[in-house]
Amino acid sequence: MELKDLLNHASEWLKGSGPNSDIVISSRIRLARNLSGVPFPHWAGKKQGEDTLNKIREDFSRIDCLKKATFFELAKMDSIDKQLLVERHLMSLDHAQKTNSKAVVIDGEEIVSIMINEEDHIRTQVMQSGFNLYEAWNIINKIDEAIAKELNFAFLSDWGFLTACPTNAGTGMRGSVMLHLPALVMSRAIDRVLAAIAKLSFTTRGLYGEGTQAMGNFFQISNQISLGPSEDEIIESINGLIRQIIEQENQARDVLFSKNSPLLEDRINRSFGILRSARIITSQETTELLSMVRLGCDLGMVKDIDRRRINELFIITQPAHLQKLEGKKLSAQERDIKRAQIIREKLNIQ
Amino acid sequence: MLCNICNKNPATVHLTEIIDGQMSELHICEECARKKSQAMEQQFGLSDLLAGMADFDKPKNETAAVASLVKCPSCALTYADFKKIGRLGCGECYNTFKKYLGPLLKRIHGSTQHTGKFPLKAEKVLKKMMNIQELRIRLNKAIESEAFEEAAKIRDQIKGLEKKEPGKKE
Repeated sequence: MELKDLLNHASEWLKGSGPNSDIVISSRIRLARNLSGVPFPHWAGKKQGEDTLNKIREDFSRIDCLKKATFFELAKMDSIDKQLLVERHLMSLDHAQKTNSKAVVIDGEEIVSIMINEEDHIRTQVMQSGFNLYEAWNIINKIDEAIAKELNFAFLSDWGFLTACPTNAGTGMRGSVMLHLPALVMSRAIDRVLAAIAKLSFTTRGLYGEGTQAMGNFFQISNQISLGPSEDEIIESINGLIRQIIEQENQARDVLFSKNSPLLEDRINRSFGILRSARIITSQETTELLSMVRLGCDLGMVKDIDRRRINELFIITQPAHLQKLEGKKLSAQERDIKRAQIIREKLNIQ
Repeated sequence: MLCNICNKNPATVHLTEIIDGQMSELHICEECARKKSQAMEQQFGLSDLLAGMADFDKPKNETAAVASLVKCPSCALTYADFKKIGRLGCGECYNTFKKYLGPLLKRIHGSTQHTGKFPLKAEKVLKKMMNIQELRIRLNKAIESEAFEEAAKIRDQIKGLEKKEPGKKE
């Protein structure tokens, strides 16, 4: 697989299908694992870091389910390519910024990605479209077992898998669900919902994970506790919470639709209009307007565009994607022009 | 009212800061508020939070200085390092700092007992250990009832299991 191939197809998790895919964009599970007897990446010397990377690379080559995956060594990639993987949620921003002895392994469908030498030696993630944590767990569990056959993990029977930061110890698992909650935001009920989530020891983040702001009505919700409950129990607790939020969002949508229909229709169609005719547009404005059009799709107010196309636009209008599509580095203003052009092409379908 | 920081945009965010007991009010615009909140996040990251918590969790009869000097024999990280960076150095650190980390894990997760999956290899080791334990009980019973032939057999079984034992690389 080459990186430019990624541009021509939408990732599995952007398909816009799967359970509750009107409100839930994607479900993701990640597992943090470390090698026994080897210093964690941040504490390892340069040579140790390289040895770990080489060892994992060699051991992975014997794993059947990873045979078709591509191994990208970050030190050999330019900054736009690294940013491209961040924008596609295949690795963290943190991983992209420090490149020594780091790699990321990605399968062709972009369901599985494995970061090597990030905060922990091995961080595997599996993404699925829609509300589908169990399917993600089934896939990641098999991969984890295959890796465990080749490598000895740092593990204690009482504290589980040992991680660089004690906040991840135990199962080493974080389940996240990405939600699109425009009606809760518009009806100003979102703050109440977010406050309740925080009380239940879950965290809310923006579109791009840790430290990012919620943008365009997208929220990523994940478990905070990883030691104590089993993997199944963690998934069940996230699922329970997400089901409630989905219900709240649906209620808010009903109210908006029945009481403020003309206003809502106006906002959605104005957003669609701007996207179809703008000549210069920033990424923030794009995200906000696309969010409204997506809601329009869900409510049947926008008919000739499917959800998958809108999901895809969220990603290909990001800076690295635009530059990759153009085949050269672009300034911020050049990007705003290119972005508007691509959106017009994708949305003006006769 | 104009923003107190940039003096350009209207102030829409009203912030009360308390520094060293001195209260001050700040009226700023959205853009400056965003910059300020980013700066605050950077100043006070997760590692600071953990480090602060780590201090609470030392046993009462120990001074902070003693705790700070404990060093992991495997990777040489000290507890003082952990408090500073909020990250441990290797898996062995969890054993080295066990008495400090127990209360910290409890505080973070509300639990100190893993109930999730075991790695395949650890599971095998655990099963083997349970087998050995069971055999030892049977051995004692055999000796008590003076069934020495039976006891010798069990002893050999235990020896056999212990030979392929944990920790060593295959």
